[in-house]
Amino acid sequence: MARSTARPRPRAQPAPRGVAEARSLFDREILRQALVDAFKKLDPRVQVKNPVMFVVLVGTVVTFAESITHPGKFDWSITVWLFLTVLFANFAEAMAEGRGKAQADTLRRMRSEVEARRLRPDGTEERVAAADLVRGDLVCCEAGDLVPSDGEIVEGVASVDESAITGESAPVIRESGGDRSAVTGGTKVLSDRIVVRITAERGKTFLDRMIHLVEGANRQKTPNEIALTILLSVLTIIFIPVVVVLQPFGRYAGATVSVVILVSLMVCLIPTTIGALLSAIGIAGMDRLVQKNVLAMSGRAVEAAGDVQTLLLDKTGTITLGNRMAAGFLPVGGHTEQEVAGAAQLASLADETPEGRSIVVLAKERFNLRERDLGSGHVFVPFSATTRMSGLDVDHRRIRKGAADSVKRWVAQLGGRVPDELDAIVERVARAGSTPLVVAEEATILGVIELKDVVKQGIRERFDDMRSLGIRTVMITGDNPLTAAAIAEEAGVDDYLAEATPETKLALIKSEQEGGKLVAMTGDGTNDAPALAQADVGVAMNTGTTAAKEAGNMVDLDSNPTKLLEIVEVGKQLLITRGSLTTFSIANDIAKYFAIIPALFVATYPQLGALDVMRLHSPSSAVLSAVIFNALVIVALIPLALRGVRFRPSSSAAILRRNVLIYGVGGIVAPFVFIKLIDLLLVALHAY
Amino acid sequence: MGFLWTIVALVVALGLTWRFLGSYMEAVFDGRVRYLAWLEQPFYRLLGTGPDNEQSWRRYAGSAVVFSGAFLAFGYLLLRIQGHLPLNPQHLGAVPPALSFNTITSFVTNTNWQNYGGETTMSYFSQIGVLTVQQFVSAAVGIAVAIALVRGFSRRSSPTIGNFWVDMTRCLLYVLLPIAFLAGVVLVSQGAVQTLAGPARIHDPLNHVTQTIPRGPVGFMGAIMQLGTNGGGAFNADLAHPLENPTGLTNFLYIWLTLSIPVSLTYTFGKMVHSVRQGAALLTAMALIFGIWVGFTSYAEHQPNPAVAAAGVVHQPGGNMEGKEVRFGDTSSALFNVSMTQTSDGAVDSATDSYNPMGVFGTLTGMMLGEVTPGGVGSGLYTILIDAVIAVFIGGLMIGRTPEYLGKKIQAREVKLAGIGLLVMPITVLVLTAIAVSVHAGRVGPLNHGPHGFTEILYAMTSQGNNNGSAMAGLNGNTAFYNVVGAIDMLLGRFGVLIPAVALGGSLASKNVVPASLGTFRTDNAMFIGLVVGVIVVVGGLTFFPAVALGPIVEQLSHGRFF
Repeated sequence: MARSTARPRPRAQPAPRGVAEARSLFDREILRQALVDAFKKLDPRVQVKNPVMFVVLVGTVVTFAESITHPGKFDWSITVWLFLTVLFANFAEAMAEGRGKAQADTLRRMRSEVEARRLRPDGTEERVAAADLVRGDLVCCEAGDLVPSDGEIVEGVASVDESAITGESAPVIRESGGDRSAVTGGTKVLSDRIVVRITAERGKTFLDRMIHLVEGANRQKTPNEIALTILLSVLTIIFIPVVVVLQPFGRYAGATVSVVILVSLMVCLIPTTIGALLSAIGIAGMDRLVQKNVLAMSGRAVEAAGDVQTLLLDKTGTITLGNRMAAGFLPVGGHTEQEVAGAAQLASLADETPEGRSIVVLAKERFNLRERDLGSGHVFVPFSATTRMSGLDVDHRRIRKGAADSVKRWVAQLGGRVPDELDAIVERVARAGSTPLVVAEEATILGVIELKDVVKQGIRERFDDMRSLGIRTVMITGDNPLTAAAIAEEAGVDDYLAEATPETKLALIKSEQEGGKLVAMTGDGTNDAPALAQADVGVAMNTGTTAAKEAGNMVDLDSNPTKLLEIVEVGKQLLITRGSLTTFSIANDIAKYFAIIPALFVATYPQLGALDVMRLHSPSSAVLSAVIFNALVIVALIPLALRGVRFRPSSSAAILRRNVLIYGVGGIVAPFVFIKLIDLLLVALHAY
Repeated sequence: MGFLWTIVALVVALGLTWRFLGSYMEAVFDGRVRYLAWLEQPFYRLLGTGPDNEQSWRRYAGSAVVFSGAFLAFGYLLLRIQGHLPLNPQHLGAVPPALSFNTITSFVTNTNWQNYGGETTMSYFSQIGVLTVQQFVSAAVGIAVAIALVRGFSRRSSPTIGNFWVDMTRCLLYVLLPIAFLAGVVLVSQGAVQTLAGPARIHDPLNHVTQTIPRGPVGFMGAIMQLGTNGGGAFNADLAHPLENPTGLTNFLYIWLTLSIPVSLTYTFGKMVHSVRQGAALLTAMALIFGIWVGFTSYAEHQPNPAVAAAGVVHQPGGNMEGKEVRFGDTSSALFNVSMTQTSDGAVDSATDSYNPMGVFGTLTGMMLGEVTPGGVGSGLYTILIDAVIAVFIGGLMIGRTPEYLGKKIQAREVKLAGIGLLVMPITVLVLTAIAVSVHAGRVGPLNHGPHGFTEILYAMTSQGNNNGSAMAGLNGNTAFYNVVGAIDMLLGRFGVLIPAVALGGSLASKNVVPASLGTFRTDNAMFIGLVVGVIVVVGGLTFFPAVALGPIVEQLSHGRFF
C-alpha cells in the first residue's frame, strides 16, 4: 500500500496549521495592529461608508471648532469623547478584520514560489514556475513535492498532506478517477507519483480564494446588513432634525442652547452602538465559520444559512457513522446466542473491516469472549466477491459468515438443512434497516448477526434542535425505501429520499424552493455539482471534486457533513447579534434623554429638573456621562460582537423572548445605572 | 350613561362592528358584493377602466395622487368662485386664496383642519359640493390604499395590487354612502339640523333681541365627517354645537362612527391574509395604546383646573370643567377628544386649549404616535402596517432569520419604504414647528406665551402633519403664513406616507411566500403586539420627547405657574 513508502513528514519550518488556527479573542498582535488601523480608518473616505459614524465624525468636527472658539473644559471633554467614539468604532472593525488578516498572512506564507514539473506532450519533463502554469497543463508530482496549483489527478494515486489547508495532520489518499481526484495547490505529496491536470489559473486557485475570503478584502454587504444599514440611516435622519430643532425651540423659550450639548444629544440618540459594531459583527460571523474550518464564498451564503428551512443530509457520514456495526446475535434451530457469538467471533478474527472488528468487540462485550490464540492449525478464508463469505478453517471446523443467500447455498451444498425460521429473522433484520449476516459451522446454520447502520450519537437531539428552529431535515440515501425508512425513523429526520440519484436530489431541491423554502445540502461528487449549485447553501466537502467545490458556496475543509448544522447556527447567530444590538442601541436612548434634556433646558425651566430621575451632579456632568457611556458601551460590546450573542436552538418565541428581555429591557435599564455610575465617578475624581 | 357604561357600550358596539363590517369590507374589495353593480359599470366606462384592469403600484399611487390633485385644483376653484354659485342664502363671498388653499388641501388630505368658521365662511354649496364630497372621497382614497397594501401581503409573486378606481368606487358605493346615509338619518332624527333654508332668525320678545341661528346641511355632513374620520363640521364649534351634536346618543354615535372603519379594517386585513388572528393582533396593539391614553387623559381632566384652583375654587368635583360642555362633563369629553385625536378625525366636543397640561399631553401625543391607534380610515391601517414592518424587521433579526411578515421577506427595499413612511411625519412636524417659532409671522400666531404658546403651535403642526385636524385653538391660524405652512404640512403628512405605503404593497406583492414553520417569527401573539406597541411608542417618544418636554410637560411641572 502507498502508505508504506511514506517518508517521515518534513518539519523544517513550523508548518502552518490551516486557517482554523485558533487565536484568542484578544491576541496581542491583533490588538496592536487594530489600534494602528483604528487611526488609519479616520480617513473620511472610509468613514462615509458608515452613515451613522460619519455623522459622529462631523459632530466631532463641530464640537472641535466650538472648543477652539470658546475654549472650556466641558467642550474639550465632549470633543475628546466624541472623537474616542469614532475611534472605538474603527477599533471594533479593525479587531474583526485583524483576525482574518492574521489568518491570511499564515496562508500567504505557504504560497511561496513553487517550481512545477510540467510534462511536455512527448512525456518529458520541464521545470517551470508555478506562476506560468495554465489550465490544462499536465504536471507531475512525486513524494516530497508541493502540488503547484489546483488540479485533478489524471494518473496515479498518492497520499497527500493537506494540513496546510485543513489543519488536519493525517494524510489523505488522492487518486485518479472518481470523487477523490482533486488536489489543492500548496498541499504536499507524501508518497508515490501522480500526474495532475491543472484546473485553475494563477490568482484563482483555492488558496488564493481562501486568502481573499479570510482577509475580507472586498467584503460585500449582505442583504440583511444592507437592510439594517438603511434602518440605521433612517433613525439617524430622524434624529438630526429632532436635535437641530431644539435650537429654535430653545430660543423661543428664551434659552441659549449650547451647540456642544446639542451635538452630544444627537450622537447619543443616533444608533452609534450598532452603527459602530455592524461591520465587525459581519466580519466576525465569517470568521467564526473559518474557525469551524468552513470557508464561505460570500457573506450572503452565511446569511442564507440562517434562513434555511430544509436541510438535505447524506445518510452516510452525516447521519450514520458510515460503517455498520454488529448489534446482536440471533440464534436459530435451537442454538444459543453464545454459540452464535462464539462462531461469529472466530469467523471475524481475521476480518480487518470495521464490521468484522465490531463483531469481535460485541462478542467480547456480551459474553466476555476474548480473542483466542488459535495456535497454528488454522486458515483464514478472506471475503471474495464470488463466495460473498468469509471465515476460518480450524481443527477441521469450517466456520463461515456471509450474506444469507450465499451461506444458505453453501450449507445446502454440504447437505445441511436451513432452519425454517431463518428467512423470517433475516427479513425482520433487513426491515429494521440493518444488514443480516448468517453464521454457519459446517452444514449447520447457527444464527444471524445483525449489522446495524449505526446512527451517530447525539444526532437525534441535533435534529430535534433543528425542528424547534423550524428546519426540516431530509435524509438522502441510496438505500431502498424500506431500509431508508427504518434509519430515518431511528435518526429522527423528518423525511427521507430513498434510492436517491443526482436527478431526484436536484428535483427535490427545486420543489422545496418553489414552495418558498431555502435549501442547504452537502455534497462532494461531481454529480452533486448541479444540486450544490441549485441549493441556497451548498457545502462542498474539501475531499470532493473541483466541480463540486466550484458549484457550492461553501467548502468544509474537514469534510464533515454534520457541520451543516453548525453552519446554520452560525448564520442565525449572526443575524441575532445584529438584531439584539440594534434593539439595545435604540433602547439606550431613553436613559440618555433623561440625562440630557433636563441639562439642556434646566437653566430656562428649572421645573424640568424633575425629569432628571438619575439625580446627576450637574448639567455638564450629566451630558458628559451620557457621552462617555455612549462611547464606552461600544468597547464593552466588542467581545460580544466578535463572539456573537449566545445562541441555543429553541423555538423562535423562546429565542425572541430571551433577546427582547436581555437587549430590550436590559437596554433600557443598563444606561440608567451606568450613566449614574459614570457621573458619580466624575464627581469623585473632581472632574466636575 | 356613566363613563364606564359608555366605555362598555362602545367596546361591545365596536366588537360587533369589527366582526361584521370588517368581513363585509373584505367581500366588497374582493368584488363579491355586487348589488350596485349597475352603478359601478358606468363609472368604469367613464374612466376607461375596470376590475380586470390591474395596476402596478406606480400606477396605483399615480392614480391616487392624480385623483387627489384634480380635486385639489377643482375644489380650490369652487371655493374661490363661491359667491357666484347657488345655495348661498347668506350671500357669502369668495373664500380668500390662502384660506382656500389651506381648506381644500385640508379636506383632500382627510385632515379637516379648519382655519375658518363654517357658518360664516362657507355657503351651503361649498359645504356640500366641496367639503362633504371630499369627506367621502378622501376617506375612500385612504381605504383603497390600505387595501392595496394588504394585497401586497395576500398576493404572491404578483406585479399588480388592484385597481385604484375600482377600489375607490366600491368603497364609496358599498361602504361609505350606505352607512353615512343611515347614520345621517339617525342623527337628523335626534335633532341635528339638515336644511338648505338658511339661518333662522328668532326674536326674543322678552329681551327684545333678535338672534340669528346658523343652520345648514349639518346632520348628513356630520355622519360622513365622522365615518370618514374627517372631523370638519359645518359649524365652528363643531361637535360641541347642540344643533350638530344634540343628544347623548348622537355623542355616542359620533364616537362609534369614527372608530368603526379604522377598527374594522383590521378584521378586513386579517380576512384578506387568511388569518383573523393577524388582524386581531394589530387591533389589540391599537386598543392597548388607545385604552391607556383614554385612561390617562380622563384622569388628567378629572383633576381640578389649576387656574380655577388658584382663584380660590379648590374643590372642583367635576374635574376641569373650563371649556367643556356641561352635558358631557370631564371624562366623557376626554374620551371624545382622545377618540378623535387617535383616529385622525379631529372633531372636538370641548376646548382642548383649556385642558389641563396633561390632558393636552394626552391628545397631542395621541397624534404624535402617527395616527395608528386605530388612526384614520385606511391611513391608520397602512401606517400601523409600516410600524409593524419595522417591528418585524428588528424582532425577526433577533430570532436569526431574514425577517418576514406573513411569509413576505422584509428586506432592504421594504425597510427603505417603511423607513420613509416612518420619518416623513416627524421631520415635517418638527421642522415646520421650528420655522413657525422662529419667524415673526409664526410667533404672532399663538394667543399665549411661553410653553402654552409653544404647545399651541406644536399642536397645530402635529395635527396637520398627521392629517388629524384637531385644533387646540388659541392659535390664529387664518394667516397667510399658517395657511400655507399648514397646507404643506398636510400634503407631506398625507402623501409622504401614502406613496411609500403603496410602494411597499407593490414590493411585497411581487414576492413569493416563505412557508411558515416553527422558526417563523409569529405575528399574531402577545410578543408581537408588544413589539408593535414598542415601536409605535418608542419611535414616537424618541422623536417628540424634547418638543413635548418644552410644552405640556414644563407646564405641568410648573404646578399652577402660568404663562
